[in-house]
Amino acid sequence: MSETTAEHLPTEARAQQKAAGPGPWAWARANLFGSWWSTAVTLALGYIILRVLVSVFEWGIVNAIWSVPYGPTGIANTAICQNAKGVGACWAVLADKYRLILFGRYPYEEQWRPAIVVLLFIGLYVVSAIRRFWRKELVLIWIGTLTAVGALMWGGFAGLPLVTEDYWGGLPITLILATFGLAFSFPLAVLVALGRRSTQLPAVKILCVVYVELIRGVPLISVLFMASVMFPLFLPPGLNIDKLLRAQVAIILFAAAYLAEVVRGGLQALPKGQAEAADALGLSYWKKTAFIILPQALRLVIPPLVNTFIGFFKDTSLVLIIGLFDLLTMGKVALSDPPWQSFSTEVYLGLAAIYIAFCFAMSTYSRSLERDLNRSRGR
Amino acid sequence: MSQATADPRLIAARHAPKRRMRLSWSDPVFRAIVWQMVIVGIVAAIAWYLISNTTENLAARHIATGFAFLDRVAGIPIGESMIPYNPAVNTYGRALLIGVLNTLQVAVVGIVLATILGTLIGIGRLSKNWLLSRLTAFYVEVLRDIPLLLQLLFWYTILQGLPAPRQALHIGNAFFLTNRGMRVPLLDWQPAHSWALLAFAIGAIGTGFWRRHATRQQEATGRCPATWPVAMGLLVGLPVVVWAVLGAPFTLVLPVLKGFNFQGGGTVSPEYFALLVGLVTYTASYIAEIVRSGIQAIPKGQWEAAEALGLRPGAVLRQIILPQALRVIIPPMTSQYLNLTKNSSLAIAIGFQDVVSIANTTLNQTGQAIEGIAYIMAVYLMISLSISLFMNWYNARIALVER
Repeated sequence: MSETTAEHLPTEARAQQKAAGPGPWAWARANLFGSWWSTAVTLALGYIILRVLVSVFEWGIVNAIWSVPYGPTGIANTAICQNAKGVGACWAVLADKYRLILFGRYPYEEQWRPAIVVLLFIGLYVVSAIRRFWRKELVLIWIGTLTAVGALMWGGFAGLPLVTEDYWGGLPITLILATFGLAFSFPLAVLVALGRRSTQLPAVKILCVVYVELIRGVPLISVLFMASVMFPLFLPPGLNIDKLLRAQVAIILFAAAYLAEVVRGGLQALPKGQAEAADALGLSYWKKTAFIILPQALRLVIPPLVNTFIGFFKDTSLVLIIGLFDLLTMGKVALSDPPWQSFSTEVYLGLAAIYIAFCFAMSTYSRSLERDLNRSRGR
Repeated sequence: MSQATADPRLIAARHAPKRRMRLSWSDPVFRAIVWQMVIVGIVAAIAWYLISNTTENLAARHIATGFAFLDRVAGIPIGESMIPYNPAVNTYGRALLIGVLNTLQVAVVGIVLATILGTLIGIGRLSKNWLLSRLTAFYVEVLRDIPLLLQLLFWYTILQGLPAPRQALHIGNAFFLTNRGMRVPLLDWQPAHSWALLAFAIGAIGTGFWRRHATRQQEATGRCPATWPVAMGLLVGLPVVVWAVLGAPFTLVLPVLKGFNFQGGGTVSPEYFALLVGLVTYTASYIAEIVRSGIQAIPKGQWEAAEALGLRPGAVLRQIILPQALRVIIPPMTSQYLNLTKNSSLAIAIGFQDVVSIANTTLNQTGQAIEGIAYIMAVYLMISLSISLFMNWYNARIALVER
């Protein structure tokens, strides 16, 4: 154990690499065959990895089936896939069902609208990730994009047929739940974090502490159940709120408690002198907070904010349990089609690829950002 | 809570001789009180509005509030339970209790296994071996980027795709892996085993006392009496002697295929197995990162100083690095334990009957939505609070004692 942990620091590894001289052989000597223990690990792992890669390659590419013939009634004939089960992947299920999985039961001819919505969301993430855009106008971009998303999804104007929420599904739902969740929970989180830090308003502080600790102490699924089962009881008789909106409210309330703790971390990390200097200038509480404290505190917590956002992006999949048609639910719906029932591995891998693409992009970004911010702070 | 945002005028006011609050908007104390009254008033008004709506709705639907339903016969079939349960006789209260026990069982086993796996992977990430460190990094990245629910569904499908009991995968005719779960051999439990277990517990307490004695000796004389022979004698010797004296009974009950399924031995249901595997592998990817950053947080000088003192590599890790790394590791580890416990609620998606699943069935059958959800929340809050308290106690114990 000790041999694998001792002298782990990257600088040292680099120094060693230099000492051993250039070239791939020297690199392998230093990093793969450094000691008899390291050599044994390399050989054993190398063998296992090679075996796994070969069988995955055979299953996923060589023996895979990419399309199946269709019967006269349009029903897929999956006999060849059934025969190849265990030997080759049946990617034909994704070829057949990708529209359903990505866009749900949205009217087929209108599916360009959710497609554009997905692109809008990706564009929004990219714009928000570029540091040049970190200014007040970003809020306007968010409001504009989210309005455009709602308009496109609903339609009902300029010749676009109206599509109600009941027909929404797939990737747009996942992105809507995550992004709207962030957009609405963030201001709430800032207020709660400020309330929790306040020294002059003990009653408000208690309210904030109870809210944050209560939400963080229970699983998201219980909050979602509350939204789907209890929420209708809260409303005046006759008033009924759509299930998607209820889940969205639950996610906003849940996310706000977690984000509030992240923001509070930033507030705590800010040197006291900043607040004192603002007070000395005679700024009011809100001016001090808006112009001195928050711009600095929020900048500090952007990497953990991105990580929290990744968490919520994944957590939106939980709406499966209360029966909303997000990406994961649509995967299960696709699998309920009798000819394709036994090809869940392929569908789950396809879904995993989508989630990985989003989360990996965000986590890579968060890491590079953290490095950048640390570098500028270290100067 | 620091005074970072405190109004300096307030601080001045606190140190100045007490003066009466003026009923004026320019007095910060008066302003604070008004603001608090306004905010608390708004929250109370919203709460009152929701509660009055709820009572009205409940009355309209003829649902009686209260926990009286707990005493009614449940009629929920429960697959696995740690305590005897009969759906025809037992009450909702008992069914819900079984749910809590199932949740706790998954959480405790999951926390132990995830800690072990996560620590191994975290150490693997720091390995000098390039292949090992890249492979563990790949594991961490992939597992963290896929929603846990998707992973659980995936594991569950894989387990359901296993062969039927007749063609079961097996290890030495003792462990069987089938689409109906895993079958393991069980020890035929005799009173002698209970006594041996008791002897082990006594041995553990004795070892603790001996270690305290050894520490005191070392502090007084500078010589440390050997701990391990005593520990071995008490922890291994004593139980073995007790077991041998009582006749050394040892019979394994092996699972045997009878008809379409196995008889005898212990069963791990596919639902429990999938949930455990999913939770452990997922949480381990987070724990690995915590362990890695904890070890990396220790300055290089600590390694070098320990080695300069002539300590062996194992001793360096155990005596110098780990005690310091633990201080960095424990707080984030606590939140991972809490996450694992809360994530175990996803059991409902693959049909393992934890507290959420049973409470959900209960509220669907009885219509007691508010009580059901309140029960779930209370249970999780209690578990979260207990884990936090325990980990805070442990954290305080290992914390740096400063002057």
